[in-house]
Amino acid sequence: MTTTGIGAAVRRKEDQRFITGSGRYTDDLARPGQAHAYFLRSPHAHASIRSIDAAAALAMPGVLAVLTGEDLAKDNIGGLICGWMIHSKDGSPMKAGAHPALAQGKVRYVGDHVAVVIAETLSQARDAAEAISVDYEVLPAIAETAKARTSNVVVHDIASDNTAFEWHLGDKAATEAAFARAKHVTKLDIVNNRLAPNAIETRAAIGEYDMGTDTYTLYTTSQNPHVARLVLSAFIGIAPENKLRVIAPDVGGGFGSKISIYSEETVCTWASKKVGRPVKWTSDRTEAFLSDSHGRDHVSQAELALDENGKILAMRVHTTANLGAYMRLFGSVTPTYLYAPLLSGCYDIPAIYVEVDGVYTNTAPTDAYRGAGRPEAAFVVERLIEVAAREIGMDPARFRRRNYIKRFPHQTPIIMNYDIGDYSASLEKALEIADYKNFNKRRRESARRGKLRGIGFSSYIEACGIAPSAAVGSLGAGVGLWESAEVRVNPTGSIEVLTGSHSHGQGHETTFAQLVCERLGVGIDQVNIVHGDTDKVQFGMGTYGSRSGAVGMSAITKAIDKVIEKGKKVAAYAMEASEKDIEFKDGKFSVAGTDKSLGFADVALQAYVAHKFSGQDLEPGLKEGAFYDPTNFTFPAGVHICEVEIDPDTGVTKIDRFTAVDDFGVVINPMIVEGQVHGGIAQGVGQALLENAIYDESGQLVTASYMDYTMPRAEDLPSFHVGMTVTPCPSNPLGIKGCGEAGAIAAPPAVINAITDAIGHEDIAMPATPQAVWRAIRKAKMPMAAE
Amino acid sequence: MVNVTMTVNGKSVTAALDPRTLLSQFVREHMRLTGTHVGCDTSQCGACVVHMDGKAVKACTVLAVQADGRDILTIEGLADGSELHPMQAAFREHHGLQCGFCTPGMIMTAVDLVNRMGSDLDEETIRHELEGNICRCTGYHNIVRAVEAGAKAMTGGEVRQAAE
Amino acid sequence: MYAFEYHRPANVRQAAALLQKAEDAKLVAGGHTLIPTMKQRLASPASLIDLGGMSELRGIEKKGRAVVIGAMTTHAEVAASDEVREAIPALAELAALIGDPAVRHRGTIGGSVANNDPAADYPAACLALGATIITNKRKIAADDFFTGMFDTALEEGEIITKVSFPVPGKAAYAKFRNPASRYALAGVFVCKRGSEIRVAVTGAGADGVFRWLEAEQALATRFAAKSLDGMSAPVEMMNSDIHADADYRAHLVGVMARRAVQAATGR
Repeated sequence: MTTTGIGAAVRRKEDQRFITGSGRYTDDLARPGQAHAYFLRSPHAHASIRSIDAAAALAMPGVLAVLTGEDLAKDNIGGLICGWMIHSKDGSPMKAGAHPALAQGKVRYVGDHVAVVIAETLSQARDAAEAISVDYEVLPAIAETAKARTSNVVVHDIASDNTAFEWHLGDKAATEAAFARAKHVTKLDIVNNRLAPNAIETRAAIGEYDMGTDTYTLYTTSQNPHVARLVLSAFIGIAPENKLRVIAPDVGGGFGSKISIYSEETVCTWASKKVGRPVKWTSDRTEAFLSDSHGRDHVSQAELALDENGKILAMRVHTTANLGAYMRLFGSVTPTYLYAPLLSGCYDIPAIYVEVDGVYTNTAPTDAYRGAGRPEAAFVVERLIEVAAREIGMDPARFRRRNYIKRFPHQTPIIMNYDIGDYSASLEKALEIADYKNFNKRRRESARRGKLRGIGFSSYIEACGIAPSAAVGSLGAGVGLWESAEVRVNPTGSIEVLTGSHSHGQGHETTFAQLVCERLGVGIDQVNIVHGDTDKVQFGMGTYGSRSGAVGMSAITKAIDKVIEKGKKVAAYAMEASEKDIEFKDGKFSVAGTDKSLGFADVALQAYVAHKFSGQDLEPGLKEGAFYDPTNFTFPAGVHICEVEIDPDTGVTKIDRFTAVDDFGVVINPMIVEGQVHGGIAQGVGQALLENAIYDESGQLVTASYMDYTMPRAEDLPSFHVGMTVTPCPSNPLGIKGCGEAGAIAAPPAVINAITDAIGHEDIAMPATPQAVWRAIRKAKMPMAAE
Repeated sequence: MVNVTMTVNGKSVTAALDPRTLLSQFVREHMRLTGTHVGCDTSQCGACVVHMDGKAVKACTVLAVQADGRDILTIEGLADGSELHPMQAAFREHHGLQCGFCTPGMIMTAVDLVNRMGSDLDEETIRHELEGNICRCTGYHNIVRAVEAGAKAMTGGEVRQAAE
Repeated sequence: MYAFEYHRPANVRQAAALLQKAEDAKLVAGGHTLIPTMKQRLASPASLIDLGGMSELRGIEKKGRAVVIGAMTTHAEVAASDEVREAIPALAELAALIGDPAVRHRGTIGGSVANNDPAADYPAACLALGATIITNKRKIAADDFFTGMFDTALEEGEIITKVSFPVPGKAAYAKFRNPASRYALAGVFVCKRGSEIRVAVTGAGADGVFRWLEAEQALATRFAAKSLDGMSAPVEMMNSDIHADADYRAHLVGVMARRAVQAATGR
């Protein structure tokens, strides 16, 4: 291992600008002559719009335009899209309600976009928005997931029972047969709470139209600028792709919430031509709570069937997934194909059957949020496993060992083919780091101080590196999910790598450069990573689903291999040797069996001066591109162990220790990978203990600011004990599995399993706030007095 | 319009401002010092923390007119030329940032913390003192390490090299 | 934020004159409630009168058996004050629990008391310690000052200049925070001065800060945490919201009261 190559904890190249305040996020940009947009949003969860009168607003100082859904329609601007077609079990396609960027006739959630005001200043735009008179016919609303299907409220006319799809996966008959012969059945009702993603940088967009070239530029907070351009061109119809440039500069966190193509960026781009000025919009935090995609929000009934030896026979799950008022880009796939195929967990389960009903409600649309489906699956699996072990009186670690998949590849009954793993290795290491053997001693010590201590496991698996394009295509994806890369070697041997992945905190500028250092033997300062601009990078699918390492870096690897191949040809001419005798190692091209060699930079220069070969025999230059299409998903897995201490007087849960042992395959930069684990755990702990996006019965979002939505703070968390085990992934050239979401997937069941262990019963929902825990403790003490 | 004069990062600045201009808007929009970020509307997140007369304040909850005659230090004024402030260096060394958006406020808060409480800070104190700064990326683990090391470095010690 | 006129008077007299003269004027102290409210367009004063920079409103003084704190003294200054820490450590500790460090550098005692947010900390200290709120016009006993949530005895044109806290025998504050906002979900300030016991509760009550008389009576027999065993605040007086319902708040008030008494007796 070199100090800058694969496996080294290289300090991040991007940090210099962030620690000095010279990062450039979208809101930091000021385009010459920019005007400001303010969106008038629906105050009602559900209403028909009888009319919009903007005359007074238009007359106000500084106002350039007031635009509505009618104007969009006049310009033939299409609606926002969902990128994945799901079919119901009866074969019918999902019912996708139309989603105009500005409301056309109806609003369907609080925060839905009614009109936009564009003015010289933001204050003027906001003042004018207050002068718009909207005549609403307020309709009854439905917000609650479990009641959506039986409600009289109809969110979209095309789905009269508010059901977009009734989807299923697995073998129903085999599962029922297995349940019929089970010795023990564990049953749980599970609510997976709704979360607001809360990247600290709120979304922002600047649309700019250049009359001279008839082109648009959109600066936006996007995890996938090329996908944004594709959608804005092909579906929404703003402009052809060659007339639209999308730039996602520094982006301050995404977590899935910056995947979707939203109303605001659509409208700012479209409107920039209409007003002849760059149009800028920056979300405030309350707008973010109202209109960013939310995550999770499942209600499930789950059952696990066991034989007399504690072996799992089958699993059965019914889930109602709240889609919100519209299906956003990954809105349909998140609660289906990104969720259900993970319900086998790390376990050998012969039969599984899952049903998922996707329901519309008058709430913000849900979409991918860190983990996207896999946290919901891991929560179902790991709660069932823990409770089953407790019910049959078996140590939960032993129960897991007994049921782990031990031979690979392993075909689950629900699509996934696990390529490799060693779950026991992670478990043993985690037990050791967590000092499991002394847990009972610690529990007694807590009891002496009047505190309740509990321990909980989570032996999660996830699927990353999404995914073979043909496979996702067969499942309904609208696009392929490969990645692209281009490696441009300059004549002096310095290198630019253009990647379709996008970094918004992941540190690609460092890890991708480490790969280049390792393969080409150049210094890390010789390598620049270019991303986030559709005019520079030809195409890319972007960053989500922990795919940038496994897929994005694999594409770079392919391009590097081509550079080396080309370099060998150049070197052969330059050293007057046969190409087959040229070897490349440690940054040098040498002629086998001789002491003749040329450095990488020398060969680059030879490629560009082209003095030693004829252009007819070999093209000058040294630049190669590659598209990499994965051969399989990757399957990171691991064991997280949470130990809590609860104050029964107040119900406050303190996480006393948190251990994470993960198998991410080959690790490029352990410092960055550990950072990803830490951040994921914090979000998982946030879901388990603190965070909850709450709508009241009328569909008002009650938690629309940091005064009411509890974000994890430093004090809420302990330092984490992080360990790794490694089984290199056989499905990509680097052996990478992906690490970005593991913590958010693994942590919630570990925390809840620890709390239920401490309080002695299973009846507590997320978030386990002090009030909820206090109440659960009282319920345990006084079963008869339970409400 | 109200005339306002203040010192920002050592330079005197005078401007005629709409009184509703926030200090965060003033440094970002008028001075184009965009390192001070805005992450919420309710003075919870701390992305906007700057120093006013040497004390950490949330620039989104101070009117620029209230800073009249005051001495303002933003993240851009923290380094000594190309020489990073020890707290900045510690954040890089200990991977105390990911997306970088909360980082300027986090660093300004950490420097204020050391100014007030000295360099001998235990983990509990650091976590408590960071309660006005929200980070969504790091889980705070490495921020705590960075503040610990930065504090020591600020009072003469070296930034401890993390084990590779 | 809506537009407003900004005034920075040089002294309290000028401020009071402006307050009389200007239409729909509001005083701004630290601004940590008012400015966010104005940003959300929930408050729209036509004029803002800035009390910052008046040295007469700042400072902490020990005057006989009382600690007198200028209205524009920040929470950080109270928390760090040697005078306060020596005479009424509970008050310094309370100040150190408000908001976060940056908020404490701006927020002021006068602003907090005048606003009387039902979840603010200072009203509990004022009420339990039997403070006197001193204005440009008169002196008001804390018992008469807090008249319901966001409501006080302050009249038009009246400006708080100082708050005077008589030194207690024993006192302590225990706070259970709202995990999101950091305000008090239940905050209890207990004070014993000779035979007089006062227990003030903030955050929990449906109508703002109040004295918990049953607890005071129980503690009058013996000032010990044990005297409150099994007690909780009257549920019907409690606030209920997404963070905590009335039952839980009532219970928390009991727990916080016991913890405060324990801290007070343990000094």
